Amino acid sequence: MKYIKQVLGGDLRQYTMVVALAALIIIFNIISGGRMLTSSNFQNLISGNAYVLILALGMLMVIVIGQIDLSVGSVAGFAGMVMALVAKNYNVPWWCAVLIAIAIGLLAGAWHGFFLSQLGIPGFITTLGGMMIFRGGVIWISHSISVPAPEQLKWFGSGYLPEWGPAFTGMNNSTLLLGIIGIVAYVVAQIRKYKRSGDATGVKDPLWAVVVRIILMTVLIGYFTWLFGSGRVGTSFPVPGLILLLLTIIYHIITQRTKFGRHVYAVGGNKAAAALSGVNVKRTYFLTMMNMSFLAAVAGILFVGRSTAAGPADGTSWEMDAIASVFIGGAAVSGGVGTILATIVGGLVMAVLNNGLMLMGVGADKTQVIKGFVLLAAVAFDVYNKKSGKSSIIGRLFPSKEEKAAN
Amino acid sequence: MDNNSYILQMQSITKEFPGVRALDDVNLSVRTGTIHSICGENGAGKSTLMKVLSGVYPYGTYDGKIIFMGKEMKFKNIKESESAGIAIIHQELTMIPELSITENIFMGNEILRNGLIDWAEEKRRTYDILKKVGLSINPDILIKHLGVGQQQLVEIAKALSKNVKLLILDEPTSALNEADSANLLELMKDLKSRGITCIMISHKLNEIAAISDAVTVIRDGHTVESYDVVAGEVDEDKIIKAMVGRSIENRYPEHKSCPGNVIFEVNNWCVEDPDVEGRMVCKHASFNVRAGEIVGFAGLMGAGRTELMRSIFGKNYGIYRGGTIKIKGKEVKLNSVESAIKHGVAYVPEDRKNLGLNLLDCIRTTVVAADLDKITKRGLLDLNEEKIAAEDYRNQLKIKTSHVDKGVTTLSGGNQQKVVLSKWMFTEPDILILDEPTRGIDVGAKYEIYKLIHQLADAGKAVILVSSELPELLGMADRIYTIFEGSITGEISAAEADQEILMKRMTITSKE
Repeated sequence: MKYIKQVLGGDLRQYTMVVALAALIIIFNIISGGRMLTSSNFQNLISGNAYVLILALGMLMVIVIGQIDLSVGSVAGFAGMVMALVAKNYNVPWWCAVLIAIAIGLLAGAWHGFFLSQLGIPGFITTLGGMMIFRGGVIWISHSISVPAPEQLKWFGSGYLPEWGPAFTGMNNSTLLLGIIGIVAYVVAQIRKYKRSGDATGVKDPLWAVVVRIILMTVLIGYFTWLFGSGRVGTSFPVPGLILLLLTIIYHIITQRTKFGRHVYAVGGNKAAAALSGVNVKRTYFLTMMNMSFLAAVAGILFVGRSTAAGPADGTSWEMDAIASVFIGGAAVSGGVGTILATIVGGLVMAVLNNGLMLMGVGADKTQVIKGFVLLAAVAFDVYNKKSGKSSIIGRLFPSKEEKAAN
Repeated sequence: MDNNSYILQMQSITKEFPGVRALDDVNLSVRTGTIHSICGENGAGKSTLMKVLSGVYPYGTYDGKIIFMGKEMKFKNIKESESAGIAIIHQELTMIPELSITENIFMGNEILRNGLIDWAEEKRRTYDILKKVGLSINPDILIKHLGVGQQQLVEIAKALSKNVKLLILDEPTSALNEADSANLLELMKDLKSRGITCIMISHKLNEIAAISDAVTVIRDGHTVESYDVVAGEVDEDKIIKAMVGRSIENRYPEHKSCPGNVIFEVNNWCVEDPDVEGRMVCKHASFNVRAGEIVGFAGLMGAGRTELMRSIFGKNYGIYRGGTIKIKGKEVKLNSVESAIKHGVAYVPEDRKNLGLNLLDCIRTTVVAADLDKITKRGLLDLNEEKIAAEDYRNQLKIKTSHVDKGVTTLSGGNQQKVVLSKWMFTEPDILILDEPTRGIDVGAKYEIYKLIHQLADAGKAVILVSSELPELLGMADRIYTIFEGSITGEISAAEADQEILMKRMTITSKE
């Protein structure tokens, strides 16, 4: 047990959600007779859920500052619709339409952020208003009719990476390259971390634990590289998945390694103490809300690209899926607690549940019921853990320094 | 003397909390139809005693006897003491702002007719009671629309509506302006003439002197003195002596300070209360601090010390109404906490748990929280630098923990305070404002904090030490300012000061 701890770095309870996710995948795979762990299924799973996971990234930060954003689905739908409309009616190039959609997201976020930070209206109310305004707006400007989207966007919404290079690898070489980059980056990061681990305390992490950690991660990345890369010719790790991956890395760094990220946690943990430590609370509120709607616009664009048309009902109840992902990932309703990586795991749990139940032939009605129970169970488990005075953050994928050192 | 002339006798009251004996053999006898004042320093046990009396601490959790109107009382809760005729008006008002005066007065005591509230009757009675306290306003007005002074009167009216025999007022004037305070004292005299006994907890000696018939002084959980007086002829010096008569042991490390030039100057600083319009919490405060000097600020709770400091620290409190700050001779405008930090000012707040710390954080992230720029390299936080800084302060300040990644809640009060101090030392300030830095810390940890303050002063920093413990100020500071009701009432070098001089200036507006 002690050895497992040293490899994973700290509190095993954090891995509950990761273990649950792995168990879900394996169980569904067995029940569905191996249809879960196939290339095409996982490609679909990722490109079909990337937009919700992108929303969850922003939602995590909103929830950490102690607010909530109900408008994300409407904003996503609105941004996507405006993009489709300008492209169709004014004949602007597709990239220009995309920029307009992103600008709309930023403006919507500034609108919410203004009411929250300057007027002190709770985010729940502000964004409830935004939810109605933008939903109504979509239906209004589209006259309740679907609008076809520029062809080029399809690549972003459900496209695949190009095929190139030698065929003897037996898989899509772009995916292979991605996998190799992932492994190398992980190894380099681990080695750097190991080298510097003794700087402050003089006690280095055990080398064997680092090695085991690297081997485990290599096997994991390697397996998924093979899974995504070995599908039908012309398929690969999906493009929306790649966008999600990049955004996840960026937001992980923003929340864990930047001043702004620290301010987000500080404001959520204790607003008054943060203000007395020189944090500009209003600015933090504003930027977090603005960022959320920006990501909503990105999600809207991807979704429109995937479905090749913008519909008036696009984005309905996405906010609920995003919020559920964040809470399954162990964030606290009162703010201050939660991580990007745990949120992604939480979102993947939801996605795998959806996908697995569908493979089993369970209807959408029952799927909804089951998802509801899972959300309750996950949060109840978390609250129970907190009450017994244990670590509150569950489901961290990678060991962060603090837990590692705590043991 | 005949026992019946006493409305209340509390005999040998002892109340213990885990690790602390808050009250130790306290006796209090209050005569019927008098105004009885209880005074003592912050934390002397006044409020605890009143909580025992009113049943907040139920019978059985304390030792001793309470005899009220000739009968021994065993209150289990506030409801029981209220029905016996004891009402307590707390420092923080306890009414519901969104409800009307009538609704608040009859809260929990509604007049019912056929199971429904009889509004007409309630309103009529409210109107009568309000007249008794000198308020002639519409009983339908919501509490939130009243000023603090009026709210307090309504609170008293509520007590009167319950047929109160003994009214306890806990620092009733601490939140009021002068006119309202005078009004309230008049009302107390009026109540007395109508046969209602009042106990007033206060540390404003001028008020005590003006209206009380008897005084009891409590110090460190003991009754120190208790005697009858003639209202208007109270010997203030005698009370002061009794309040502070504690000996200063060798609780402060030796230190020889060598002050340099004045590096921090505040002139005519004025701040208005953000909640009570027109009430000034700081009135033309002016002071200065030299490099390497420890300057004490003495004042009782509510005197405006914290408000003054937080206002100076980037206008974090109240509404700024004028005044200038000079740092190293140059006038600066500190309009946000961030700019205050940039200009080398640091403020350690008095309320560690609510203002000083993010309790979700660990030691490592707390230490660097006030100056993240210092560990930022190319836009990213250098977590290794952060860890090195945290380890550095952990060793330097001897923070007792198994690891800097432990949450701050795992630490004892003294160690938490060290973490807060680390956080501010990390910003490398020139001016360090410490607001009650040793509150809630045990004696050993206090000594370490004192040594640390000396080190900071020796390093050439200007240290401002706000404290309500006079021995601490006398033991630590080079120079002491006294503050009372928002005004600085005196400046005195620590060598010349003693507790009585300070207490006098902290409780009486200077008549110069």
